[in-house]
Amino acid sequence: MSIVWTKDVDQALADARAGARPVLLDFSAAPM
Amino acid sequence: MSFINESFIPVKIHIKEQPKSFERFGAQWTPTIQLLDSDGTKRHQIEGFLPADDFLAQLKLGLAHSAFARQEFKDAESYYEDVANTLPKSDAAAEALYWLGVSRYKGSGDPGFLRQTAEAFKTRFQDSSWAKKASVWA
Repeated sequence: MSIVWTKDVDQALADARAGARPVLLDFSAAPM
Repeated sequence: MSFINESFIPVKIHIKEQPKSFERFGAQWTPTIQLLDSDGTKRHQIEGFLPADDFLAQLKLGLAHSAFARQEFKDAESYYEDVANTLPKSDAAAEALYWLGVSRYKGSGDPGFLRQTAEAFKTRFQDSSWAKKASVWA
């Protein structure tokens, strides 16, 4: 299973406030 | 991977796509991992690459710190215990043992848990800075 990433921080925080889970931010400079 | 999906809402922020998010959250290097509570409060940060077990231990430590901050001490205990006992070779293990004792104390009010933790450090992680910090409880 691969990690299901989002790029929308504010939506992730809103989801977290809705009682989901903590937010994990991965700051990356890896080649895209 | 499933641990990450089940435990967090994972957000990928690439320096070329979202440089302002680096400023917003104070990320100064890559890779950097931050764990945020729902109100946006940063509870844990990992800077630089880590081998898999150390990385997993740090993520669990972050979950523990987050539960501790919410005063959910039983949950915090569970995560700290997991790190200390199942990932004992990780750098996070000694820190987890320290905070396990603090969580037990905070959850019960019984200072005996701090003394027990100081005793535990006499046979585990003796050379860690966390053993020095716990030594005052002996």
